[in-house]
Amino acid sequence: MSVVHIPFLQTGTLAVGGRLLSEDERSLQSQADRPSSLTKGHRACQGCAEALAARWVMDTAVEASGGRLIVANATGCLEVFSTLYPESAWKPPWIHSLFANAAAVATGIASALHAQGRDDVRVLAQGGDGGTVDIGLAAVSGMFERNDDVLYVCYDNQGYMNTGVQRSSATPAAARTATTPAVGRSPGQAFGQGKSMVKIAMAHEIPYVASATPADLRDLEAKVRTAMAMHGARYLHVLVPCPVGWGSESSQSIALARAAVQSGIFPVIEARAGELTEVQRIRERADVEEYLRPQARFAHLFKPGGDDALARWRALAEANIRRYDLLGERS
Amino acid sequence: MREVLEGSQAVARTVARCRPGVVCAYPISPQTHIVEALSAMARTGELADCEYVNVESEFSAMSVSIGASAAGSRAYTATASQGLLYMAEAVFNAAGMGLPIVMTVANRAIGAPINIWNDHSDAMALRDSGWLQLYAADNQEAADLHVIAFAAAEELEIPAMVCMDGFVLTHATDVLELPTAAQIDAFLPRFAPRQALDIDHPTTIGTMAGPESFTETKYLQHRRFLDAAGVLAAWSERFHEAFGREAGGLVSRYTPDTLDRARDAAPADDGDVTVIAMGSVLGTLQAALPALRAEGVPVRLVGIGSYRPFPAEALRAALGGSRHVVVIDRALELGSGGVLTGDVGRALAGTRSRVHSVVAGLGGRPILEESLRAVVRRAHAGQLGPLELLDLKEGGVPVPHEGATEVHR
Repeated sequence: MSVVHIPFLQTGTLAVGGRLLSEDERSLQSQADRPSSLTKGHRACQGCAEALAARWVMDTAVEASGGRLIVANATGCLEVFSTLYPESAWKPPWIHSLFANAAAVATGIASALHAQGRDDVRVLAQGGDGGTVDIGLAAVSGMFERNDDVLYVCYDNQGYMNTGVQRSSATPAAARTATTPAVGRSPGQAFGQGKSMVKIAMAHEIPYVASATPADLRDLEAKVRTAMAMHGARYLHVLVPCPVGWGSESSQSIALARAAVQSGIFPVIEARAGELTEVQRIRERADVEEYLRPQARFAHLFKPGGDDALARWRALAEANIRRYDLLGERS
Repeated sequence: MREVLEGSQAVARTVARCRPGVVCAYPISPQTHIVEALSAMARTGELADCEYVNVESEFSAMSVSIGASAAGSRAYTATASQGLLYMAEAVFNAAGMGLPIVMTVANRAIGAPINIWNDHSDAMALRDSGWLQLYAADNQEAADLHVIAFAAAEELEIPAMVCMDGFVLTHATDVLELPTAAQIDAFLPRFAPRQALDIDHPTTIGTMAGPESFTETKYLQHRRFLDAAGVLAAWSERFHEAFGREAGGLVSRYTPDTLDRARDAAPADDGDVTVIAMGSVLGTLQAALPALRAEGVPVRLVGIGSYRPFPAEALRAALGGSRHVVVIDRALELGSGGVLTGDVGRALAGTRSRVHSVVAGLGGRPILEESLRAVVRRAHAGQLGPLELLDLKEGGVPVPHEGATEVHR
């Protein structure tokens, strides 16, 4: 009789369902009575990590607020796939106004609630990287600077996926997009461009800034809970792989999010009042190739002449590992 | 109580007495005195249960107003000129979502060249934004119009701009009688929107509408706009009953001889020339035109109170059968003529009136009484063409000193 060894890995922060944890330690998403704030039937693509992350974030926020949550949404994939008239996939009260103004609309809602004496009702704003990092940055910065009582969540899929995968200022170096084609002497998005919204948020010294990915559900839920327990301007930046824009298999979205973290490319952090307070260490270090190779937008890195770009990517990961001490070498 | 007040102060105090829940603005001349006064009242508590929000742009000012209105609060903002254009996308959005925000537009020119002075180019650029546009002839009306604007906007679920001439009204001092808080409480119904962001009745606002429903959505908006003229007229009537003075109204009529504003003044069909205007220039015309009647030029005056909705029917009724209609227009549609003239022309299509466009007061150029009389005399003599820029310096603008940039006409 042969013996089958089953690896016992399904506990701890990486366990999605947390089935081996006690009832009260399990993630909200593993509960039968989770709010399902973003219901089934919407039009997101298969493997869309934004749809997944948005439901997880929203469910946690709905639970944390005792069901008293109002949501303002920027224009983008999330809005388009969820609210094509006469249908809506949203259970909480939800408003979409424009691309660039979700943060300001949320401020307006929060101000109205305050004037009405309804401080028990909480406000969440959300958008993609385009609506946050590019066109909506002024409104986001204004909301941060005034310390308005809003949790802003950016689902970062690193480009304008809704309009056909054009470059945004969150598009990573060398990535091929419709407006940074993989042709010419330096194919794809140029190195040395783009901005870190997490650092920009931290520079406003708002009460809470955090980054997360859908590869770590319990961490994501914990960060939303932490944010919801606080008041003032709070920011959560969630990396959400996009099979269409990244050219990856729809089954690989979670694996890619994990590889981004484990390679050091996407630091998962928490910051309070502008100070870094928590860094998630790399558990099982991955090479950047593990993150890059499954994505067609980086295919040119693995063709003759791609070595230089690949080396520069490794340097980016190394720089993050040093800056945030992602391997825990300094502590 | 009659008191001496600056126009901006009068507007700010009246708005405060309308009890807005959220006031949000970004400063721009000549709107500043209004929002400065409101921010002070919010601090002192004179403006109670109201959040005053300082934002980083007009785009955010309108966006905050959108959020506040959608969450069920009475929302107010004020802007002018470049600021109105900077928020343009959100202005259309507020109308599309049926949010009855009230906004004062302290009318100012649009650059380039940059110019902080008064004309109507700013509001005219947003004439098709789906907002009501009400124009104040003087500071008493500027204050009063805000009460009517909140009432009509909230009944119609259409946002409203109250347009008052920048500097000419906003910074001018006059003896005014403001509606008291008690009077406004009795006059203005509580804001109770049909649809709001409410945790007890969750709803989705601002969905995407495809080709199968967009036309119908716009048609419903159009239908509501058709109702707007009647609703505005009714609120203006109620205002007259409650306060005993004229404010709002689609069209203002003036008596033949003294050119006093009077709702029951006879139609202008006895006049050979009728002047149509909007905003503070009506006051100049009231002062300028009686002398012409003494000269034997039969001239009448009609004011436009509501530019959107455009009161074509009320205008035709007020005009009667004037031979010459001279539109004093404060915005120029390049390559065409006065903007208001276009609306007047459409309203008078098929009548015997000849419409003349006189574009005046661009970028704060003073509109002189004698210049106005001169064009009316020429209209009466059959010598006025279809378009004229009042007091245009035909020879160009003189260069002030050697070496300065030469400016050509």
